[in-house]
Order: sequence, then C-alpha cells, then structure tokens
Amino acid sequence: MMAIRPMKSKSTSRLNPLKSKPMNRRFLSQIFASLTLGLSCLFVLPVHAADEAPDALIKRLSLDILDKIKTDKSIKSGDVLQIVALVDARIMPNVNFQRMTASAVGPAWRQATLEQQKRLQEEFKTLLVRTYAGALSQVGDQTIVVKPLRASPEDKEVVVRTEVIGHGDPVQLDYKMEKTPGDGGGWKIYNLNVLGVWLMETYRSQFAQEISAKGVAGLITTLTERNKSNAKKG
Amino acid sequence: MNFKKTRVYKNLSNLGLLMALLLLTACASGPSANPRDPLEPFNRGVFKFNDAVDRAVLKPVATVYVEIAPRLVRQGVTNFFENLEDAWSFVNNGLQFKGEAATESLFRFGVNSTLGLGGVLDVASEMRLDKHSKDFGHTLGFWGVGPGPYLVLPIFGPSTVRDGMARIVDSQGDIAGNIAHVPTRNSVAFVRGVDKRAGLLKATAMLDEIALDRYTFSRDSYLQSRRSAIYDGNPPDEIEVDKPTEPLEK
Repeated sequence: MMAIRPMKSKSTSRLNPLKSKPMNRRFLSQIFASLTLGLSCLFVLPVHAADEAPDALIKRLSLDILDKIKTDKSIKSGDVLQIVALVDARIMPNVNFQRMTASAVGPAWRQATLEQQKRLQEEFKTLLVRTYAGALSQVGDQTIVVKPLRASPEDKEVVVRTEVIGHGDPVQLDYKMEKTPGDGGGWKIYNLNVLGVWLMETYRSQFAQEISAKGVAGLITTLTERNKSNAKKG
Repeated sequence: MNFKKTRVYKNLSNLGLLMALLLLTACASGPSANPRDPLEPFNRGVFKFNDAVDRAVLKPVATVYVEIAPRLVRQGVTNFFENLEDAWSFVNNGLQFKGEAATESLFRFGVNSTLGLGGVLDVASEMRLDKHSKDFGHTLGFWGVGPGPYLVLPIFGPSTVRDGMARIVDSQGDIAGNIAHVPTRNSVAFVRGVDKRAGLLKATAMLDEIALDRYTFSRDSYLQSRRSAIYDGNPPDEIEVDKPTEPLEK
C-alpha cells in the first residue's frame, strides 16, 4: 500500500483552530508559493509526463496539491482564483478534456460542429475547475492514501483509487485514467469519482436535459452564463 | 410509561408517513424521463418546498450558528452526534456481517464516549480507527433490497422508497431521537438539525455554482453515492458512461 501520510505529530489535535498569521507574512508566503508553483511547473512536469505509472502520477499530484493547500494560506481561506490557478497549472495537463466533455455531452457530441465542441470544452473546463476548487477549499488536515493498483502492465485504462482521510468517514476519490501515446502523452484522467459519484455521469443527464430543450447551442449558452455568474461571486 | 407512550405516537406518525409514501408510489406517474425517478413531478414539488423552507429558516439559522459559535464548539457538537451514529453503524455493519467495520465502529464509540468525553472529542480518528457510517438503508441494500423509485422527503431531502422506509428503523436505533424527556429530545433534535445544516453550507453553496439543474444533480449524485456505499465504494458497472459513442440511456 502506498500510503502518503506526511509526517504528522500525534499531538496535533483535530480540534486545533487554525493559527492566523499576520497579514504581511501571509502575503509574502503567497508570493513565494506562486513563485515556487511557477518554477516547479517549468521543471517538474515535462520530466515526469511520459513513463510515469498511473498510480504514481496520482500520488505525486495529490501530494503536490495537498502540500500546496497546507502551505498556502490563501488557498486555505478559500481564495478561488488561487485554487483555479493551481488546478489549471497542475491538474489540467494530466486530464483528457475532449473525452471528458464528449462523455458528458453524450450522443449529441458527434452532431456538434468543431467550433461547438471547442466551446463546450472551454466552458465545461471552467465549470469543472470550479468544482474541484470548491472541493479543495474544504480540505483541512487530511492525508491521502493511494490504494494498490489492480491492473496489469498492458492495460490501457485503469481506475486509481484514493481515499482522503481526515475527520469523519474517509472520502473516496477515484480517477479513471487512459494511456495516451506520443509526445506530451502518458496517463490522462478522463473521469473523477467523489464519494461514489462519477462526475461525468452526473453531468450527463443535466446536459441531456439542456440539449433536448435548447440544443447544443443552448447548452453552450447555459454553461457560459453559469460560468459568468460564478466568476462574479469571486 | 411516558417513554412508552411517546414511542407509540412516534411509531404511529411514522406509519402515517409510510402509508402516504406508498400511496404516492402507487398513484403518481410523471412523464418519466428517468426510469429511476417515476415520481419526478411530485419530487420536484417537494424539492421546491424544501428549498423554500431552507431559504427561509434552515440556512439562515445555520449561517448565524456558524458566525457566532466558535469552531471548537461546533466541531465538538458535530463529533458528539457522529459518535452516537457510530453506535448505530456498529449495529448495521454487524447486520451485514462486516466484522472489521463493526468492530472499529464499536471501538470508536467506546473510545470517544469515554476518552473523548462523551463523544465531544474524536479521539478514535486520531488513533486511526476508521469511521464506517452505515444505516439501515445500506443494510437492506446489502441484502438485495432494491432502492425503488427516487423519493424526495420533506425536510430530509433526497431518498428512495427503500431508504425512506429504512429511516423508520433508523429512528428506533437513534440514541438522541429516543430520549424519554420530550423537551430535552426536542432541543437535542434542534441542535442536531442546525449542526447538520451548518456542515452542508459549503456543499450547498458549491451545488449552486456547479449544477445546471440542482434537482437532477442532487438526484443523480444521491442515487450513485448510495449505490456505491452499499458496495463499499466498489459497485459493479451499471452502465458504461464514459464511451461517448454509446447511445444515451432512456
């Protein structure tokens, strides 16, 4: 079992309130964090992308994100913009959006024009990043355990199972991944399961509802409007 | 005497609820867009009602509670109720012959009730005793009882006919809900309700942002997550949803 439990002293109580830092230190740590983030993206990502095992990839990503949440207080305090930037930089390069969007849209995907497919991907991506951001902002002193991978080496598609362990029931967080060939290839996430709920399936009937009422163009409009009103909330 | 009497009344009112549910199941039929939700028109009505109650009362009260009560206190309250639920999880894991989960639930309850000062502190989690929440709906599902039509219960929200009926059994196994002293029981129920709603504030705010249709979103995620929980997070594939070429289920 690949347990990612950062060294954690037993004495830290789950009841400890967060210690607040003075503003200027927080600001500095923000700058430092974004610098580190930017730099590590430049150096770390290309090296790992090609031949990394799917569970190792998820482990690295999870550790990375968890670490970031713990060190960056702006993420902790729910600064959505910061989280969106983090997710965009770290998670998104490892996701196959086209497949995600296509499976959420369903059969109508093939009838959509290329331009519509592009727009759908953009808007759905914005919405999904938001979803993930919402989940991340609720992370506290949790640890993530990557469960043993049940797959053979020649598998092109795998499910990587993880658990977020903190207060209360462990939160199930699974990823469906596919192996993509070529440069910039490697394992890509194409579906996400939170607490037993596969996100693409959950969006599928909502999208179908929208498409049957207003067509693909209507779905794009709805998504765009939703993203706009979300952005206003900050 | 008093204790018994209130129990009988409670059972009667539960029975009334059950009858109403069964009648609805028998009569109502909508333009069934989703085979798992034949009661959609009725459900949407209850959903709307719940939403109105939530906006007017539950959410504002929970928001004020979060603002005035310190984090420590709120965590203690949450822990207290979750500890009581562990006792019921022990019973249900036992009914499903899940030895390890039952044992851990029992240990959690024992440790938190004593070392955790009556459940206010979650010492068991620090000791890496995992939580395994299971209610009677899970137990029925585990033994092969299908969920039946999706059902939105007034106030309680998403459920199914099976899970709604299982609630009656759950209420019997619920320690806090069976306190004999009525005023105490009601106050405890109030605090518990506020605690539950407060715990969901962030989730519902998120739902507002990410769902195109909150009714469909909460229905689909409820049905999926219940099914998943019955299989302990490992449900067999129901329909292949990830292949875009596959026709949409009607």
